[in-house]
Amino acid sequence: MRRRVIALLLGVLGLVALTLGAGAAPAQAASGASVAGVLVNDGAPVPNVAITVSATGFTQTVKSGPDGVWKVELPKSGSYKVSLDETTLPPGVVLSDPSKNNLSVLAFGGLPATVQFRFGSGTVATESFLDKFLQLFANGILFGLVIALAGVGLSLIYGTTGLTNFAHGELITLGALTTYFFDVVLEWNFFASVVLSLLCCAVLGYVQDKILWKPLRRRGTGLIAMLVVSIGLGVFLRYVFLFIFGGGTRQFRSFNGQEGIAIGPVDVTAKNLIGAAVAVLLLCITAWWLMKTRLGKASRAVSDNPALASSSGIDVERVINVVWILGATLAAFSGILLAMSQGANWAMGFSILLLVFAGATLGGFGTAFGALVGSLVVGIIIELSTLFIPPELKNVGALVVLIVILLIRPQGILGRRERVG
Amino acid sequence: MPDADTAVARRAIATAALASVEQVPGAAKPDPILIADGVRRQFGGLVAVDVAHVEIQRGAITALIGPNGAGKTTFFNLLTGFDAPDDGQWTFNGKELAGVAPHKVARLGMVRTFQLTKALFRLTVIENMKLGATGQKGETFWRALLPGTWKKQEAEITARSEVLLARFKLDSKRDDFAGSLSGGQRKLLEMARALMVGPEMVMLDEPMAGVNPALTQSLLGHIKDLREQGMTVLFVEHDMDMVRDISDWVIVMGQGRIIAEGPPGDVMRNQAVIDAYLGTHHDQSLIETEESFIDGEPPAPATEEGERS
Amino acid sequence: MDWGFILSQTLTQAIAPIAIVYCLAAIGLNVHFGYTGLLNFGQAAFLAMGAYGLAVSVTRFNLPWWLGIIVGLVLTVILALLLGIPTLRLRADYLAIVTIAAAEIVRLFARSVTFRETLGGSDGINGFSTSFFSSLNPFNRQQPYTFGPIHFANGDVLFMFLIGWALIAIASLVVWLAMRSPWGRVIKGIREDEDAVRSLGKNVYSYKMQALVFGGVLGCLGGFVFALANASVQPDNYASDLTYFAWLIMILGGAARVGGPILGAMIFWGLLTLVVETLKNATASAIIPESILRTDQVGQIQFMLVGLGLMLLMIFRPQGILGDKKELALDARR
Repeated sequence: MRRRVIALLLGVLGLVALTLGAGAAPAQAASGASVAGVLVNDGAPVPNVAITVSATGFTQTVKSGPDGVWKVELPKSGSYKVSLDETTLPPGVVLSDPSKNNLSVLAFGGLPATVQFRFGSGTVATESFLDKFLQLFANGILFGLVIALAGVGLSLIYGTTGLTNFAHGELITLGALTTYFFDVVLEWNFFASVVLSLLCCAVLGYVQDKILWKPLRRRGTGLIAMLVVSIGLGVFLRYVFLFIFGGGTRQFRSFNGQEGIAIGPVDVTAKNLIGAAVAVLLLCITAWWLMKTRLGKASRAVSDNPALASSSGIDVERVINVVWILGATLAAFSGILLAMSQGANWAMGFSILLLVFAGATLGGFGTAFGALVGSLVVGIIIELSTLFIPPELKNVGALVVLIVILLIRPQGILGRRERVG
Repeated sequence: MPDADTAVARRAIATAALASVEQVPGAAKPDPILIADGVRRQFGGLVAVDVAHVEIQRGAITALIGPNGAGKTTFFNLLTGFDAPDDGQWTFNGKELAGVAPHKVARLGMVRTFQLTKALFRLTVIENMKLGATGQKGETFWRALLPGTWKKQEAEITARSEVLLARFKLDSKRDDFAGSLSGGQRKLLEMARALMVGPEMVMLDEPMAGVNPALTQSLLGHIKDLREQGMTVLFVEHDMDMVRDISDWVIVMGQGRIIAEGPPGDVMRNQAVIDAYLGTHHDQSLIETEESFIDGEPPAPATEEGERS
Repeated sequence: MDWGFILSQTLTQAIAPIAIVYCLAAIGLNVHFGYTGLLNFGQAAFLAMGAYGLAVSVTRFNLPWWLGIIVGLVLTVILALLLGIPTLRLRADYLAIVTIAAAEIVRLFARSVTFRETLGGSDGINGFSTSFFSSLNPFNRQQPYTFGPIHFANGDVLFMFLIGWALIAIASLVVWLAMRSPWGRVIKGIREDEDAVRSLGKNVYSYKMQALVFGGVLGCLGGFVFALANASVQPDNYASDLTYFAWLIMILGGAARVGGPILGAMIFWGLLTLVVETLKNATASAIIPESILRTDQVGQIQFMLVGLGLMLLMIFRPQGILGDKKELALDARR
């Protein structure tokens, strides 16, 4: 056991060293930290807009260039505020969401941290409530799918092993970051990058179970102890990501700033539409696997009663291992999907982990289908809540709903009541 | 401890009281302490418990038997408030108990033990015992900080615990962690701890499961003692020899229902009972005595619920 | 390498107000997890209640500092009740999810633009500590104080240091008294098996709630120290990292030991400062080349160490420094 953990550490450190060797090459300014962005409205660059970057004791204002690009070199790493002077916008161009003007960004050395301002064409205010509702509903389904992909894996792992995996968010992040690495750093084909990234995460799921969780189960480590271990693992991985990729939010090379397609009143981008379709496909495959294949049925049996499953000849360890591979792959795709619409950063998985928990809990922890339903509900609630509350607090709404659900139906939508004694 | 004569006398009284009771499911008893009506509990599509009517005689030892999955433990959980029924009422000493929280059930005088022993592992044996005492002043937060307010009562409780420990031959383990006891000793401790609550009725869920044969006799003796001290005992058991040895009355459950009642000798000849056992488990002997555990450890927790905590 | 400076920093940080804050947070967690078995992963929220309760009362409502303290305590109790009511009847890991969610909710509210007027947004609040220090602090508020290798930047820090350690002493004494009483017996019983305790006629729900409030209030004291020692409150100081540090400290020292959090906090901050200052020194003097580690990345290394430490401790020495492995092996939840 001890040797395995040390081997894991050496592996991770080796990875860190390798990536550093590759990434540290460009020459950097005194601090190396900078923040930048491109202002694009309807496919056209927006020049001559004033952007102010500030922090305690530092303020600098720049104007966007003819190509819409702006960049500010920063004296040191840290948290900065970026705001756009709306009065300098050309006529007819407005921020699509005026509350998203004063943005915070963490800037570290390496590539510049990016800040994106999104523009609408002044129609925002005139949208009818129903149109808004439908648009948000569609966004909600998309976000719900992101949550569901991660939630199903989380739920399957919980069902088969009893582990509440707080390091699941890092699998989400890893999916996005590895795709970024293949797509942007190595400049490989985007689809190949996605497939490779899913493969990487599947391997990580396999390895993680083999060298960490399986030995712990064999030692009889308690579920609570394992929960704490997963929290430690999550913190560790998160900061390894930060160390390697820096603090900024980065966009994929392909399909960046894609234009929306109008379907009735709903505006969606083709990449999100295709992403959602693939997500649905993956979820269907998972459902088919659970319902129809021997191993999938076995995994449901293990969730139901591990002792009984093992005594009836099911290789519980093998089932768990496959569940880890599946869970990691689904989480990775969830991360890629999320990064396609919001960009990739080191803490993205952690920031949605709670929502994934909310989805899984809402549906009944440990049931894969429950997680799916619960996640969609959470995604839709989050987006629709912005009709009534400020968007910066939309996650609060979902978490409050989680707490309320626990109060009235603790077993979740599809869960069973527990027995005592 | 009561002498042999009163023990025989108590058993005789209990037997006499039950002699005239009709041997049918749900029979009325002359002096019932517990009466349950229409208690139902469903898990998904499975009806785990569906008891139309049952009465438990005061001051007697009643055994609840039945094949695996008959719903005995679930029925126990329902009666003691650890699980909520879908439907049904029951009274204890005339008090309505449906919907009453488990700790209040215990305070009313109906105390249970568990199939899988719940000794509090990282508390010492004496601490386990003292926890059972009710009405402790030092159990409120603010008084807890002022030892003067509870020291005297604590001394009394300690003394009472020590008497019980001596009776259950656990006094030599007084300051050991409960987790270091053998399976049988844990059962003894759990029973002794239940007595600290001062119950009128003791509900034992498989008191013999996992107990080293050497301890079986002393456990049996202790259960009989409970009757001698005027307590009512209801217990779930698989070991038919034991049921025959100590119980005054036997209630048989099958598939959630009560299928037979009667004195131990008669009920085991009842065709419905034999069918229930043979019908569900052909390969299982009626008498499960060969399942004794060499090292005194409890069996693997493959309970009929198979839950995960 | 300036070893003199590094060692002096290490010693100072091991007992400095920051160590005191985390020690108090860990004492509260120890009541929650070590004694009662409650999985609270939102301890940061209780500290935030204390800090914001004080800061908002003084700056926005012009209340005296002592009333701010009371407001902080009341808010803490309310938060504990809000968290406890839905979750304490449920499986243990639900509390973990709900507390971590609640801590995020609190932080998101605190830093939101919507409530900037009251809660200060992401800049936080300052200027509330003046009345406290000017009315109470007997030391010179501008002058630095140095005792051997231990260095205090000014009289306020020294004063907070003394108050903080007094609070730790009182908190530890109260925990010690409570845990050796019949009340503590019920609490520890619940940690082992709450159904057993329920079957003995104890209202487990009520006891768990009391423990949640008790531990939350201890954490809230840490929030007061945090706010006053920094003379400011900032929402991102109350992120989940704070909670993870406190967990590490509690487990490092030894859960369910009165001295555990104290020893844990001192060793944790001492070691962390030692590593961080050594690395900073090494990168600044180019002993470690910039291609491997930049000075601004040292903070990230610090968090990696915390995560790794939490994992390895839980795997190889879950009983911590003061715990007894034999006792832990009896853990009924294993």
